Amino acid sequence: MSTLSEKVQDVFNEPGCDKNTGKSEKERKKGCTKQLAPGAAAGGCAFDGAKIALQPITDVAHLVHGPIACEGNSWDNRGAKTSGSSLYRTGFTTDISENDVVFGGEKRLFRSIKEIIDKYDPPAVFVYQTCVPAMTGDDIEAVCKAAAAKFNKPVIPVISPGFVGPKNLGNKLAGEAILDHVIGTQEPEFTTPYDINIIGEYNLAGELWQVKPLLDELGIRILACISGDAKYHEVASSHRARAAMMVCSKAMINVARKMEERYEIPFFEGSFYGIGDMSDSLREIARLLIERGAAPELMERTEAVIGREEARAWARIAPYRKRLIGKRVLLITGGVKSWSVVAALQEAGLEIAGTSVKKSTKEDKEKIKELMGQDAHMIDDMTPREMYKMLKEARADIMLSGGRSQFIALKAKMPWLDINQERHHAYAGYEGMVELVHEIDKALHNPVWEQVRRAAPWEEKSWEERAAEAIATEAAALAADPVAAEASRRDKQVCACNLISVGAIEDAIRDGADNVAAVGKATAAGAGCGGCQERIAAIIEAASATRAVAAPQAA
Amino acid sequence: MARVINSRKACTVNPLKMSQPIGGALAFMGVSGCMPVLHGSQGCTSFGLVLFVRHFREAIPLQTTAMNEVATILGGLENIEQAILNIVKRANPQLIGICSTGVTETKGDDVEGYLQLVRKRHPELDDLGIVYVSTPDFKDAFQDGFARTVTKLIQTFVPEDIPSRRAPQRVNVLAGCHLTPGDIDELRDVIEGFGLEPTFLPDLSGSLDGHIPEDFTPTTLGGVTKQDIAAMGGAAWTIAIGEQMRGAAKTLEARAGVPFELFDRLTGLQPNDDFVGFLARINGRPVPLKFRRQRGQLVDAMLDGHFHFGGKRIAIGAEPDLLFGISQWLTEMGAEVAAAVTTTASPLLEKVMTEEVVVGDLEDLETRAAGCDLIITHSHGRQASERLGVQLYRMGLPMFDRLGAAHETSIGYRGTRDLIFKIGNLFIAQTHEPTPDTWRGESAAPGTPLASDPDIPPAH
Ligand code: SF4
Repeated sequence: MSTLSEKVQDVFNEPGCDKNTGKSEKERKKGCTKQLAPGAAAGGCAFDGAKIALQPITDVAHLVHGPIACEGNSWDNRGAKTSGSSLYRTGFTTDISENDVVFGGEKRLFRSIKEIIDKYDPPAVFVYQTCVPAMTGDDIEAVCKAAAAKFNKPVIPVISPGFVGPKNLGNKLAGEAILDHVIGTQEPEFTTPYDINIIGEYNLAGELWQVKPLLDELGIRILACISGDAKYHEVASSHRARAAMMVCSKAMINVARKMEERYEIPFFEGSFYGIGDMSDSLREIARLLIERGAAPELMERTEAVIGREEARAWARIAPYRKRLIGKRVLLITGGVKSWSVVAALQEAGLEIAGTSVKKSTKEDKEKIKELMGQDAHMIDDMTPREMYKMLKEARADIMLSGGRSQFIALKAKMPWLDINQERHHAYAGYEGMVELVHEIDKALHNPVWEQVRRAAPWEEKSWEERAAEAIATEAAALAADPVAAEASRRDKQVCACNLISVGAIEDAIRDGADNVAAVGKATAAGAGCGGCQERIAAIIEAASATRAVAAPQAA
Repeated sequence: MARVINSRKACTVNPLKMSQPIGGALAFMGVSGCMPVLHGSQGCTSFGLVLFVRHFREAIPLQTTAMNEVATILGGLENIEQAILNIVKRANPQLIGICSTGVTETKGDDVEGYLQLVRKRHPELDDLGIVYVSTPDFKDAFQDGFARTVTKLIQTFVPEDIPSRRAPQRVNVLAGCHLTPGDIDELRDVIEGFGLEPTFLPDLSGSLDGHIPEDFTPTTLGGVTKQDIAAMGGAAWTIAIGEQMRGAAKTLEARAGVPFELFDRLTGLQPNDDFVGFLARINGRPVPLKFRRQRGQLVDAMLDGHFHFGGKRIAIGAEPDLLFGISQWLTEMGAEVAAAVTTTASPLLEKVMTEEVVVGDLEDLETRAAGCDLIITHSHGRQASERLGVQLYRMGLPMFDRLGAAHETSIGYRGTRDLIFKIGNLFIAQTHEPTPDTWRGESAAPGTPLASDPDIPPAH
């Protein structure tokens, strides 16, 4: 376990991780292993994150060492597409029993690896550690080593048991696993000055294929995509690329950075979402390749392709822009991609009613702010109830979110579009942008909304009208009762991780806490993901302003 | 009749099974105002949540005690206490239902002990129901977790007291996890059709039937209430649906003396005759006309359908109660259960009308399903179906790639009738038109049916 905690520390100290750059030494030590609030938490575990990051490697067997919960409840539920093998969609698990918990599951794991190699003969087996065998002390690293020697085949331990932290930690631990055991272990058949790696792209819904034709046209070869639609051999020989693009803002930063360090592969952080971002990414790829020795004419050809594709995309979006302009979008995502999605939506003429940035770093938020202007209404962590109320108050015309909150929107009879992992549509590149706009238009203008919002023949009012009345009554009651209104204002939650209310923060300020850190010390507010620290700062500012006004009166 | 064998493999390939705790959580979802909680790391809950959301296409209440690495070593008292307090604050539930997971069972958390402490420390929570069920991931399966939870709900809320008088019209219905909300609605229709008043435990038809709620609540909506459960001891009868409910039915009988009748399946003619006959007997009324007509329709559907079921070879992967119900019915329609795979032990497995029942995974099903006419299992059968070129009919949970999972109804006279149509139509669609070469030499595959026109049903 000590190696695991070292790894976790190492990942937290990741200089390239923008989440950490803004943190103090002490905070950094704590890293992202904040204690989530029991009874108020949501989101996947580190194992989930590791699986998300590596499962898109299509031709290897992904074996989950643990009880049935980890694989049995979740297998084949991710939308990464393949152009070749579909072995990655096969669910392999040791499904450990009570016996294995008591006596150790290493033997079962070893036999499982053997069975997989006998039956499926994949180029490699990835073995994922989970919580229970991590607790009982199964040494999967040793088992993998023994199996690799015995069967003469790479057997890769991915040590990211769920309880060490959230999904994005798992993404990074998965990155460490391939850095340690896969990348650089094989050689490509040939190399070209136009070889790139794309890191952190999972080919969900086939999004990589919305981008690849343009790269093909430019003669740029994806030596390895880590890990969308990848083959083991490609990842293993990816250290020979000339340049790399890191797609997701944080997920696998450690891979990009350490490949730069070890193999001198320069990388940039880019996005395939949105027309502008897509063009920038193509330019950056060309620029880096030219820096590394590709012919300078690549840039001219790239600009030509960008010019042509942008014009084409705008021409295709134009008819929709007219129908969409001014429509308000409520955007709820896990955070990592928020800012690029925001850019994409604004290109289509939509306004952003709010966005959740729960998992985003400060910099992500700055980007969102920049994109959305000063009016940005950011919703750090809406509870389903708030989300529902917000929709009900018709402050949004459509909600874009992951699969889980979908039904809140639909119950509020609100158009909804899936933009998370399990989505069925691909939104990358120029093609994807047109597709996204098309889908939003389809959702917004479906005639079903008018029908489902009608009251039943036996009802005088629709339930929405009644609900709206209830909300109005509540508001009126608060307006008439300043004490209750104040209580409700103070009750409003600021820190979602530790469930700290406005009131508690104000009390701490009154008791002398005059900066974010001091408030955090007094109340634990802002000590979780840190997403609410800006709001805490705003409360401190507001409090000091009132005090400045109030103090002379009191004197 | 069947030989029950356990898969000897070390590695499970393409799991059929899901874990106990989420089975338990599903049972809690059929109780009104409930917030189910998995006592474990947040990932376990996240997977369960995604699974149910995709199956029911509903917002699902499910929380976690968010045990991290340190907490799992120190024990979860604090996490349980915090979880309860936070849930009360955010969702104000009537009931919090806690299921353990592999993580907390490995450490051996004494949750019952913790809860006593929490009760002592928080007298303000006296009205809140808190039910804890031990459901380690590394033992048993979904169905077992569901059944244990129902038993525990009875133990917690039904007083140990044998009433001197019983309400003759009131019946309890213990509904196993193989029943969909649609199935429960069907049962309710039938039971109420006899003038009886059923209490369903759990009642997924109230909570997960896809209705539009009047307002949003973060806990379950609809479902059976704590008070309803407490009153179950005063009912005249308990009807248990599915062998998995035997333990719960016995518990209720022991606590409150309610006699029970167990129906191990309700798909097919005979079991529904038994069921309707039983209802008629306990309330002393003749069978309402409506059900007589439904029975006639089922018989007619069986006559029309049997042409297409006869001789068909079917591979089924399902939890024991569903496997048993569907296998027996298919056999009665003239089909052959060529492969049967299940998840966990049950006394029913030996009774399945097939040669062997494998406690195994979908790989076991796939190797046995080659050459079959149909595969019946949950949505994860899609890969095997594709590879083998054998059609898949989805039954069970999860069903994430089709609409209407909650409303699939396959029990009662009516549900059986519709199931005959749905599956029968798949068989009809498979019929190959004969060609001049169909009966020529090599190409005449053994078992090629004689030319028949499936569109014209032979007279009966
Ligand atoms: S939290 Fe641990 S036990 Fe739960 S799903 Fe994740 S890895 Fe498995």
